[in-house]
Amino acid sequence: MNAPVLEIRAVTKAFGERRVLAGVDLTVAEHEAVALIGASGSGKSTLLRCVDLLTEIDDGDVLLDGEVITDPAVDPVAVRRRLGLVFQAYNLFPHLTALQNVVLGEMRAHGISRAEAEERGRALLARFGLEGREDDRPDHLSGGQQQRVAIARAFSGRPRALLLDEVTSALDPELVGEVLAAVRDLKAEGMTMVIATHEMSFAREVADEVAFLHGGRIVERGPPARVLDAPERPETQRFLSRLLEAGRI
Amino acid sequence: MTETAVISDRRLERQAAKRRQARRGQAIAVVSSVVVLGGLAAWVLTSPGWPEVRETFFSWSVFKESFPEVLSGFWLDVKTFVIVEIVVLVAGLVIALLRVSRGPALFPVRLLSVVFVDLFRGIPTILLVYLVGFGIPALQLTGLPTDPVVLGGIALGLSYSAYVAEVYRSGIRSVHRGQHDAALAVGLTDAQAMRHVILPQAVRRVAQPLLNDFVSLQKDVALISILGPQEAFRIAQIIQGENFNYTPLIAAALLYLAITVPLARVVDRMGGGGEVR
Repeated sequence: MNAPVLEIRAVTKAFGERRVLAGVDLTVAEHEAVALIGASGSGKSTLLRCVDLLTEIDDGDVLLDGEVITDPAVDPVAVRRRLGLVFQAYNLFPHLTALQNVVLGEMRAHGISRAEAEERGRALLARFGLEGREDDRPDHLSGGQQQRVAIARAFSGRPRALLLDEVTSALDPELVGEVLAAVRDLKAEGMTMVIATHEMSFAREVADEVAFLHGGRIVERGPPARVLDAPERPETQRFLSRLLEAGRI
Repeated sequence: MTETAVISDRRLERQAAKRRQARRGQAIAVVSSVVVLGGLAAWVLTSPGWPEVRETFFSWSVFKESFPEVLSGFWLDVKTFVIVEIVVLVAGLVIALLRVSRGPALFPVRLLSVVFVDLFRGIPTILLVYLVGFGIPALQLTGLPTDPVVLGGIALGLSYSAYVAEVYRSGIRSVHRGQHDAALAVGLTDAQAMRHVILPQAVRRVAQPLLNDFVSLQKDVALISILGPQEAFRIAQIIQGENFNYTPLIAAALLYLAITVPLARVVDRMGGGGEVR
């Protein structure tokens, strides 16, 4: 196994009385893609937000390349520049074009010149099938196109790891494929990823490992074929059989 | 594909019916306008006091005589308005940004901005003009302005900066939290997120209420007349006092309208196109 890029150790987080994360342990090695599955409200989004330091953890540690990034002394801005986060609702900047969305971070956070950032941004958009849409604002793009712009934006800063938060769940079914293709493409390049998802087919296809989040903990982890087809823990079995009933597998 | 070229009877019928409806609507609008507006005019023009009012408020000869003087005073209004507006746009933004700032070091400026807004938004503008216009010269401190136009402008600036700061702030708060998250996620600092992501969206959203406040400011410039400067309203009042005829005030009113009505149309137009989702 490669060296770990992300190590989540005994992380807890409560919102008031509600304990969302109750000691999460998860290690993601370099070039590894881990699918994070679990019921709605199980804390998948919260965990990703905690890793990107958008939400402060209560206890435990998160390490990025061996450095404890959840230490209060660490500058969160510098950490976020080494990570990429894609949101469920895209969260594109509506006043900027697709290309401007992609280059904003590169120019302002990474200090890259406009010319270079735009050249790379165009290449990145083209790679995700968005050639010719560079100058369109988000409200002129379909959901699938918007999410691909968002993926290009998160990837543009060359992050050490990409965090994907339910990137397909706001999309119409016929648009899911194009976004999955973009993620598959990044996986093929060896991008380290944590993918919170409801799409079990996606988890099966892209992820090296599947981690099941339940009751604020990772209760089961393993290769997709093992966890999804022969789950060991009763909680995982119940969750998967409910998904099966709902026709979501 | 020959069907597409043929317009069906049903469609022709619908078009004819639409045209009939439109014609009927226009006819109703014309008749109702004539009745309502004509009735109002008749009501005023046949009132017992109308001949006298026409002479004292709408005297053409007095209008012709006083208009150039009132107009010359109006330039002072326009100049004051433009300068105060620019100051208010900048000061309001600064106050709003201070108020939404974070961090313990900025606590005093946050507090000051809250006090500023509460104070100057809470005092009637006319009272502020009095207090600043007569209070500051009374201090007899060297270095402070004594020109009544400047003092009046300061009073208007204080009052409107407080209003405009709150307009900006409401715009900033209306930008979805996810935009701030996304800006941080791409590696921006809080200040960069404000500058490149939040503010551009906020300003677009509040452009209309901002312009609305400027229509209001344009009229309130007349308040500085109480400090003595010879602006349009003041001159109109002086002429009115000299010959007991109110027509110069009408002349002044028309001049204010000549600015506020076009501004109002600009405001209307922005309501349609300036929206950002």
